[in-house]
Amino acid sequence: MADEDVVLLDFWPSPFGMRVRIALAEKEIKYEYKEEDLRNKSDLLLKMNPIHKKIPVLIHNGKPVCESLVQVQYIDEIWPHKSPLLPTDPYQRAIARFWGDFVDKKIYGLESRKVWSTKGEEQEAAKKEFIECLKLLEGELGNKAYFGGENLGYVDVVLVPFYSWFYAYEKCGNFSIETECPKLIAWAKRCMEKDSVSKSLPDQDKIYDYVLHLKKVFGIE
Amino acid sequence: MGEVKLVGTWVSPYTYRIKWALKLKGIAFDYIEEDLCNKSALLLQYNPIHKKVPVFFHGGKPICESMVIIEYIEETWPHNPLLPTDPYERAMLRFWIKYAEDKGPSMWMVGEGQHKAEQNSLEMLKIIEEKALGDKKFFGGDNISMLDIVLGLGHWLGGEKLLEAHKLRRLHVWLKNFKQVPVIKEDLPDLDAMLAYLRRQREMSPATH
Repeated sequence: MADEDVVLLDFWPSPFGMRVRIALAEKEIKYEYKEEDLRNKSDLLLKMNPIHKKIPVLIHNGKPVCESLVQVQYIDEIWPHKSPLLPTDPYQRAIARFWGDFVDKKIYGLESRKVWSTKGEEQEAAKKEFIECLKLLEGELGNKAYFGGENLGYVDVVLVPFYSWFYAYEKCGNFSIETECPKLIAWAKRCMEKDSVSKSLPDQDKIYDYVLHLKKVFGIE
Repeated sequence: MGEVKLVGTWVSPYTYRIKWALKLKGIAFDYIEEDLCNKSALLLQYNPIHKKVPVFFHGGKPICESMVIIEYIEETWPHNPLLPTDPYERAMLRFWIKYAEDKGPSMWMVGEGQHKAEQNSLEMLKIIEEKALGDKKFFGGDNISMLDIVLGLGHWLGGEKLLEAHKLRRLHVWLKNFKQVPVIKEDLPDLDAMLAYLRRQREMSPATH
């Protein structure tokens, strides 16, 4: 049917790439994973994403799809029968899209980076905002096992990659996310019990090493 | 199916998108003008996360964020479609909508003596003309799509001067056609007021839309 040729251009620490890995794994789609060296981007990447020249790029039967939220929705639409990520009811879909947008703006956005890339007052303000946003997400999760209800859904896929970055945030920011948001950490660990998630996320230690490397490269102390 | 309500402000392009989408589908709705200097209890109750307009209600249930609202409208009232049916074409349109949303704000600063904003906007317009519009009448093909609605506002606000000055002929023609669509033509925004509002917003919080 539709699962012939699927290629993912990606970069191992990218939480955006992890979203796509999880979505493809949930749908049990076989694909070719190509690791990009972002300092030496491949011709294929430049050809498939000429506008942004960024990963992840999903190439389905030779045609590229870019932007991780667009990719996750595309995957859900092309392979709707296995593990549906968005609900069928339009209002529930709107709620899921709203929270997906919230995660993108508030957790993956430029402000949250300040938790590891700044110090002093700026860092404290960033930490406060970050925790507030995580608490709002805890509120949305409520007593459900996953944001998607009984099973992984769109918001779970969109948010959980960030869990691999939590340890780095905690070390750099000198705080404990679990103390502040225990329900969210419990949710993340529940997600990690699934192969589709645990095999798509790198070790938290490796991400921490990567963040230290980034700090050196950008001259951040 | 339940009554439709929109809480918005006449100076916000995000509110305008929703109004146009509803009118293009012929959906009757109640419009409530929100005073942003004095946010109503209704707004704060139904959009506690962002405290912003527009907020859309269907049968009493609130939805926030303009693109989330438009996707809901499209799914609930699929006639006069604003999105293609083919998943790949849909993905392409959604990609361009995100591109327009990300790059749009620099368009508002055109004409404010911000050379970088002009350069960025021009680059964006050239890319959009070449890659997203091509030789089609509208971004959606023969009919208006969500992308036309998003860009229709984005372009006007600062973009029109660039279109003329830099001879982006196809975009110029597209904009003319867009303004002729009856629903659009009969409800044109006050562009100066909208631009002033957006610039103020941007000054207050450059990281958000």
